[in-house]
Amino acid sequence: MTHALHGRSAGAVVPRRLHIDAPLKFRSGATLDAYDLVYETYGTLNAARSNAVLICHALNASHHVAGYYANDPKNVGWWDNMIGPGKPVDTDRFFVIGVNNLGSCFGSTGPASTDPATGKPYGSRFPVVTVEDWVASQAALADRLGIGRFAAVMGGSLGGMQAISWATAFPDRIANAIAVAATPKLTAQNIAFNEVARRAIVTDPDFHGGDYYEHGVKPKRGLRLARMIGHITYLSGDAMMERFGRTLRADEIGYHFDVDFEVESYLRHQSDKFAEYFDANTYLLITRALDYYDPARDYGNDLAAALAPARARFLVVSFSSDWRFSPEHSRAIVKALLDNRRDVSYAEIDAPHGHDAFLLEDARYHAVVRAYFDRIAREIGEAGATAAELALPGELLVDAGRAEGASEGFAA
Amino acid sequence: MTERALAKLAGRPDLRAIAAWVRKGASVLDLGCGDGLLLKHLAQTRAARGYGLEIADEKVIACVANGVNVIQTDIERGLSGFDDASFDYVILSLTLQAVRRTEAVVMEMLRVGREAIVTFPNFGQWEARWQVLRGTMPVSKTLPYQWYDTPNVHLCTIRDFDNFCATHRIGVLERLVFRDGSVVRFLPNLRGSVAVYRIRGGG
Repeated sequence: MTHALHGRSAGAVVPRRLHIDAPLKFRSGATLDAYDLVYETYGTLNAARSNAVLICHALNASHHVAGYYANDPKNVGWWDNMIGPGKPVDTDRFFVIGVNNLGSCFGSTGPASTDPATGKPYGSRFPVVTVEDWVASQAALADRLGIGRFAAVMGGSLGGMQAISWATAFPDRIANAIAVAATPKLTAQNIAFNEVARRAIVTDPDFHGGDYYEHGVKPKRGLRLARMIGHITYLSGDAMMERFGRTLRADEIGYHFDVDFEVESYLRHQSDKFAEYFDANTYLLITRALDYYDPARDYGNDLAAALAPARARFLVVSFSSDWRFSPEHSRAIVKALLDNRRDVSYAEIDAPHGHDAFLLEDARYHAVVRAYFDRIAREIGEAGATAAELALPGELLVDAGRAEGASEGFAA
Repeated sequence: MTERALAKLAGRPDLRAIAAWVRKGASVLDLGCGDGLLLKHLAQTRAARGYGLEIADEKVIACVANGVNVIQTDIERGLSGFDDASFDYVILSLTLQAVRRTEAVVMEMLRVGREAIVTFPNFGQWEARWQVLRGTMPVSKTLPYQWYDTPNVHLCTIRDFDNFCATHRIGVLERLVFRDGSVVRFLPNLRGSVAVYRIRGGG
């Protein structure tokens, strides 16, 4: 791989924690009086403040989108193949922001954070958060960064839902929405998989109704199972078969219920790793946000009516082997936008990797995104020539802690 | 539009004819839209709101680069995602001859479009007939392929298409035939290289 083709790394980055001292009213009716958002930025905001791009994350990712940490150089951002100097989302031209969503476990306020009212972790008292709530909190971050309008809001999977939600919640604050491997709502099968994952967590004896922090334990067994089932849905059957086949760990089958097959070993290893760094309450919250996302619900199940307020141009991308959020669901988004005569382009990438394809480097996929952002950059034009005076708000988190970067099976 | 793109458009009289026909502010669906040149031209000159359908990855990428709305899909599978009479015009420009399910595609165009515009290379022009008479498959500017590498599967003449319209109750609203960029009125099926039709269903 050459730099000319694939761009360079965004380099060593340092996240910041911004305290937002303004109440956030959730769709559920709950309120947080104040909250923290952890974010990272790459590139330079131009003088016209017209080149900002917000990247929204999916289930278990974070604000650490690109680059690496100086004290942990192997911790590379989860979308580093997409975002950086010379990459499809070119940080030489765009000011890119990664933000950790509320309810997550990588620094933004979440169930493991201390509730100022009680001095104890929120635990089970953390509000059930929706995609719309995240978008509202991201808009509060944008306000404090002095960004009135994003050149683009982009995300894959659950991140794509946020991009769509941005376009309808703040039509004047987003010029382009890029939704990759997304869906306008989960299917019964999707919700069923999420429910199995949640049952695994809440029936773990260490769950303690969500307030396990006080007991000094974590429901790791449940979280491992949740991760295993999620992981299976991110991959295509073919990709799994190609990678693991029926290969055995030993020479012969063992006639036991311990690990026999490679795929078992892989799932156990991945889920063990996951259960060490991820928070079970966060897993519950984020799968619920996925389940509840259904913008058409408020409009008599008319998706076109739900998307009617959007003014942004859209790029929708799906992957042929994604059986979790199949191309059919992306086509429904496209149809709804088309019915509203909104600007939309749609690429259906023939890729074998399943849902996870959105995180992988595929020449056609990246070429579409690159062409789309090149066009945005042309429209921004010379406004990009000079830098804005911008003092990034929030406290530097030099000791970045655990913000997971790229790994496999990241999706949803 | 770039100068290269303009030059390319100048070499396609059928595209200029389409641009002249399309009403200002119309909605347009372009099947097999290639790099989106026609849609870009229609947007700029006719304030048309257009979408292209295209199956080839590299052409989808070209459309996105050109700032043209493109939807990656196989038009052979029909236009099932599109409602009846949801576009002012559905266009099939120099693609008719490369479509496998020609009849079904044209009928779908007439369902989704209030009108359809079809352009195709005329297999009836005398150079083509002459080459067939001499015992070879025709190769020309509008039919540049050899028999063994051509994407064209359903070549037709102007008379064939007229017959098709008659038997399928398709109304021909307007027809233009070109040769070397000029309109041909005398013996069009013998002299024309490209035909452009504006048609309507239930005619």
